[in-house]
Amino acid sequence: MNSIIIDYTLHLADTTLILAQRNAEWCGHGPVLEQDIAITNISLDLLGQSRNFYQYAAVLIGDNATEDSLAYLRKEREFKNLLLVEQANGDWAQTILRQYLFSQFQYLLFEQLQNCKNDQLAAIAAKSIKETAYHVRWSSEWVIRLGDGTEESHDRITNAVDQLWRYTGEMFEPANYETIVDVTTLKNDWLQKVTTIFNEATLSIPANAFMQTGGKDGKHTEQLGFILTELQYMQRTYPAAEW
Amino acid sequence: MNIQDFEKIFQEKIDAETKIEPKDWMPDAYRKTNIRQISQHAHSEIVGMLPEGNWISRAPSLKRKAILIAKVQDEAGHGLYLYSAAETLGTSRDEMINDLHSGKAKYSSIFNYPSLTWADMGAIGWLVDGAAILNQVMLCRTSYGPYARAMVRICKEESFHQRQGFESLLVLSKGTDEQKAMCQDAINRWWWPSLMMFGPRDSESTNSDQSMKWKIKRKTNDELRQNFVDMIAEQIKVLGMTLPDPDLKWNVLTKQYDFGEIDWNEFWNVVKGNGPCNKQRLAARRKAHEEGQWVREAAMAFAEKRKLKTKAA
Repeated sequence: MNSIIIDYTLHLADTTLILAQRNAEWCGHGPVLEQDIAITNISLDLLGQSRNFYQYAAVLIGDNATEDSLAYLRKEREFKNLLLVEQANGDWAQTILRQYLFSQFQYLLFEQLQNCKNDQLAAIAAKSIKETAYHVRWSSEWVIRLGDGTEESHDRITNAVDQLWRYTGEMFEPANYETIVDVTTLKNDWLQKVTTIFNEATLSIPANAFMQTGGKDGKHTEQLGFILTELQYMQRTYPAAEW
Repeated sequence: MNIQDFEKIFQEKIDAETKIEPKDWMPDAYRKTNIRQISQHAHSEIVGMLPEGNWISRAPSLKRKAILIAKVQDEAGHGLYLYSAAETLGTSRDEMINDLHSGKAKYSSIFNYPSLTWADMGAIGWLVDGAAILNQVMLCRTSYGPYARAMVRICKEESFHQRQGFESLLVLSKGTDEQKAMCQDAINRWWWPSLMMFGPRDSESTNSDQSMKWKIKRKTNDELRQNFVDMIAEQIKVLGMTLPDPDLKWNVLTKQYDFGEIDWNEFWNVVKGNGPCNKQRLAARRKAHEEGQWVREAAMAFAEKRKLKTKAA
């Protein structure tokens, strides 16, 4: 029982950490100052969420595990994050769409999780869902703005849909440790909300898209190894140092 | 009233410590000096995000990562307040950014030095933000109202930055031999450039006299630099590290620290564009701006469309 909750908590922690890491790459390089601040803010929120999950996982694991040992000393095949969040930032359209597709899912997930029987996970979800509501609002507004902006922005966000849609199916396919919230029940609601936003953005939902999976079980895209190389560099180079 | 009368009233206000506000009459040179200084300050905040942003992905713990992200984000916020303050003088953010990208406007030379190791994050917080704060505390009382008010907000956050920088070095100073060496190395590399942040010697500074009279500045470059040396020379004792200046010593007569000569040749070289990172910093800013062009255009086009729709409805 414990190992199921540990794996599930690590899955939630890894997903939020990796997306935080990706979004933070924009810091100092955003398309306009206000949006540089916004995407960095989202990064910080997600990092905070991941720390809460890692800290809880560390308690469950015991054995001197810490948030840092879990984030910095696990290997590629041990990370359980969604494939979607490790995808490259690409252009602003890809970053925005990745955020929207994920946040819309995360919102529905946290709605359920905040009422689950596990007090810790419920508390983290209840605290985080306010942030997620803002992430959904901000990213969906940008999806609409880019979709219904200029011809170039429409092309770019269409390309982003083409790049990223294949990583959305995984969110609704439960891993064997995903027993607390039945993610299959979130799919219709998610699709309905995404369709509404896409309609307003004059975008279409890809039909019969093939879905890539594996992230939840540690089978990632080639992106993850590079992310971890940077993320974990200091802890790997200076083992056992305190920072 | 003729122009001399206006100037007289203006100077009387300054002398009486009344803030100058955007709609008040002011000499052209006062307006220009403030635009130059505030925009340069804003650009420094924005370019200053780069050497630290550089370490966000590699921060050695989740806590340090969160602190660093928050800090760099604060700097973006400072840039925003300052661009807004400069805009009250009749310039626009676009103009200011174009001047930065063309090389016409300057930013603080300190950000043309590279951040090579994690310890640089601590050294930048402690030394660079520490030097900036001395300047900024003075600017909280600068004569132009919007600038002074922006500085009051900024100072609160900057002093937090300096404390976290010092605290992160303190951890290194108590750590492994490698961490101690990393700490000392970062201090060695950032010390002299930090002293250069206060600008040329008073005898060489072209803008100083008029700026003091108008109370844009209230302390000279050399006064501020001395305050900084006196502060840091004490704080470094807590770290158990040394400053890379054999001439640094307490002077019982002047009751302040004597210190060695700055390499002014290096100073002017970096100002003229030959620092280790001048090219990279500007290139990064230009790239972000150019690649963001289509995003800004899309946002404007969308806003226009919505306006038309609301009108039609």
